[in-house]
Amino acid sequence: MTPTVHHGAMFDTDELVINMGPQHPSTHGVLRVVLRLDGEKVVDADVVIGYLHRGIEKLSENRNFTQIILLTDRMDYVAAATNNVGYCETIEKLMSIEVPRRARYVRTILCELQRIASHCLWLGTHAMDIGAMTVFLYAFRERELILDLFEEFCGARLTYNSMRIGGLPQDLPPGWDKKVLEFCSIMDGKLDEYEELLTHNRIWLERTKGVGVLTAAEAIDLGLSGPPLRGSGVPRDVRKDEPYAAYDEMEFDIPIGTAGDTYDRYLVRLEEFRQSLRIIRQATQGVPEGPIVGKVPRLIKPPAGETYHAIESPKGELGYFIVCDGKNTNPYRFRVRPPSFCNLQALRRMTKGHLVADVVALIGSLDVVLGEVDR
Amino acid sequence: MIDSFVFPLLKILIVLNATLVGVTYMVLLERKVIAWAQSRLGPMRVGPYGILQPIADAVKLMLKEDITPTRADKWVFTLAPIISMVPALIIYAVIPFGDHVQLFGRSVSLYITDINVGLLYVVSVASVGVYGIILAGYASNSKFPLLASLRASAQLISYEVAVTLTLVSVILMSGTLSMVGIVRAQESSHMWYAFVQPLAFVIFFIGGLAETNRAPFDLPEAEQELTGGFHTEYSGMRFALFFLAEYANMIVVSSVATTLFLGGWLPPFPNIGFLSFLHFIPGWIWFLFKSFVFLYIFIWVRATLPRYRYDQLMRLGWKVLIPLAIVNLVVTAIIKVALS
Amino acid sequence: MGEAIAFYTISAFILGFAVLVVTARDTVHSILFLVADFLFVAALYVLLHAEFLAVIQLLVYAGGIVVLYLFVVMLVNLKRPAEDYKDPRRRSALGFGLAAAILAELAAIGAWSYTTPPHVVAESASTAMPFTGNTEQVGWLLYTSYLIPFEIASMLLLVAMIGAIILAKREL
Repeated sequence: MTPTVHHGAMFDTDELVINMGPQHPSTHGVLRVVLRLDGEKVVDADVVIGYLHRGIEKLSENRNFTQIILLTDRMDYVAAATNNVGYCETIEKLMSIEVPRRARYVRTILCELQRIASHCLWLGTHAMDIGAMTVFLYAFRERELILDLFEEFCGARLTYNSMRIGGLPQDLPPGWDKKVLEFCSIMDGKLDEYEELLTHNRIWLERTKGVGVLTAAEAIDLGLSGPPLRGSGVPRDVRKDEPYAAYDEMEFDIPIGTAGDTYDRYLVRLEEFRQSLRIIRQATQGVPEGPIVGKVPRLIKPPAGETYHAIESPKGELGYFIVCDGKNTNPYRFRVRPPSFCNLQALRRMTKGHLVADVVALIGSLDVVLGEVDR
Repeated sequence: MIDSFVFPLLKILIVLNATLVGVTYMVLLERKVIAWAQSRLGPMRVGPYGILQPIADAVKLMLKEDITPTRADKWVFTLAPIISMVPALIIYAVIPFGDHVQLFGRSVSLYITDINVGLLYVVSVASVGVYGIILAGYASNSKFPLLASLRASAQLISYEVAVTLTLVSVILMSGTLSMVGIVRAQESSHMWYAFVQPLAFVIFFIGGLAETNRAPFDLPEAEQELTGGFHTEYSGMRFALFFLAEYANMIVVSSVATTLFLGGWLPPFPNIGFLSFLHFIPGWIWFLFKSFVFLYIFIWVRATLPRYRYDQLMRLGWKVLIPLAIVNLVVTAIIKVALS
Repeated sequence: MGEAIAFYTISAFILGFAVLVVTARDTVHSILFLVADFLFVAALYVLLHAEFLAVIQLLVYAGGIVVLYLFVVMLVNLKRPAEDYKDPRRRSALGFGLAAAILAELAAIGAWSYTTPPHVVAESASTAMPFTGNTEQVGWLLYTSYLIPFEIASMLLLVAMIGAIILAKREL
């Protein structure tokens, strides 16, 4: 079954089929990649998913809209609050509920904190896959600070259930905003530490420059979103193009890459760290007073109809498509457009022609979370 | 009688024991240093500050079940880790820890022996150490360890060339192949060879990293790679031997680097008058201190740098280090001829 | 006295391992016995006060050439079953014939050297050398009297390397 390969050399060689995963230190979850190798070069990479499928979409059909918030936490479990925000905003759009300004600001702060936490995890695991194991511990040290902030706010460290339809379940604890600003100043210094260790390191450059190049046209064709898309030079960010929460009142830039390789995606995410800190500072210092939750009917029964709403999660464009038939308190169909699922399709195109050791770097560069891919 | 049998035997016993204890404590040192670099503490539970951790590890590994793959070649499977470990230990026969000391009314030399081709002996024994890796991969009777062992041994052989070329530059400077002679040559020229041959020093160190399969050249044994490394099928005491052999090789490279480039047992600053109190510290303490500095740098590099991909690793060895070593050699030779 | 004991012990090991090389079933075992053989030959060189040669034997032969043999054997996987062989008796006849020829040659050389006085060149060469160490003497001879064979040997190695690269490289 392994075809022979003719190179023009004196010998013909066979292709080797290697299975990577589903249990593997570097596949970031239960991802399985079946590689066809010619020597060390990857000829084809067949991605097999589904090992973490828990039936979240089907389960949602039997739960009312407030209970579904719990389920959305578990999709992208690295940045759970973002999932919550996306879902609540979709229902608010369907039911035309107005969210008070204070709630929108707090949602922005929490989303950006999640972005930093998710990127910390990405940086740590990506660097560790390429061999720089110290960055892993440094990044997780900072992630702990964010998780402490969340614990103070809603009591949980990973799956927050921190949003409600129309606002938030509770207001900010006193002194929380000062802690957030303290965190921002700590994080700035730490980002310089990470940059010093990696950005101009010769070995890092050799491992990431020119690896996994995707042109802008290819990225758009594959349906990418988030840092993989922006790293290829396409200036698309849902926060700017279709602002939600309080993003229309914030000043920030979108980092865009040029070469579309792993190094550019790394630089894009690193700059996103800094822009997130900028947004958090603006939002924390400008949080208006007011109610934390809007006028929401006691029984959430949206009118018949369907809607799609997308937000910018740390991984990319996270979209929710909800169909209601107007008669139940459960959705008729709950469909998620997970950014990791769509981004993962690029893996096949990116790994062609690269060596085996690059596959790990590329999976890390796409930043996939299997909870989101499989739901 | 005593001089030719008893003292060498005693020296061998001391050196072997010290090396083996040193190797097991190297494991602890590495875990601690890497932990401190990563804002952690490392092993702390076993003994005060984790001092007894290596003993716990050794006991654990010895008590593990002895698993041999069914169709593996039993003799070769057991022989491979031994072949990995032995060269690291016997190189100590020529490494000089210090000059002579007065013991029981005799002048006892602080090295087991001084053969007139000492440096070549070191290189040749190190090249025999490659067999351990090749045979480990072969004896496991599984295609992934085989491929990984071939890659690891190809890496070792390539960097051996670069390292040997730097050693030739050192020989040009000292005019002798004997290890004690090289240290005495540094003594008489009042200049450690690290300062006279900085390029050779750097190439030797990088080559040493690659020879011992240490980061950033540890791709053949990294867990993140698909081919699980040549010691995948090994467990228990055999795996412990491989593991310890790697550390033993590290210590050997550090000792050789100390002898060749940092003046062996010589104290620093021999010319500065007010620093002459340094001469009261015995030579072998200087030797150990310098070797320790090298070992610390080995661990430091591992904690900091990412890892090279295999083709980049080979390209570095063949296209960068070997040409640089040759250039260094030619320049050294020209300068030596011009100055004499 | 000690030298004689050492010599006979080492020779016994060499011959023993040589027999094992030829009779081992598995090719890899055969190669490992060959390595052991080379180690003992190096010991023999040390007995003859040719330390440089001993170390070079280890470095080049045991550490380089036999590693190459090992690579080839492992990658090519020579494990043909015994039934494949056409006629064991014909092959052993060929083996014995060759062995008899070599034995005759050795005997002839031994008889000739016994009757002829030793060549005098080595003595005059050694008095002209400014060094006394073993390594220095070998180096001196290589670069003065035997320079051309040295250069030809390095050309041969270069040709072998280029040949290997051409055989294995891909269409680039």
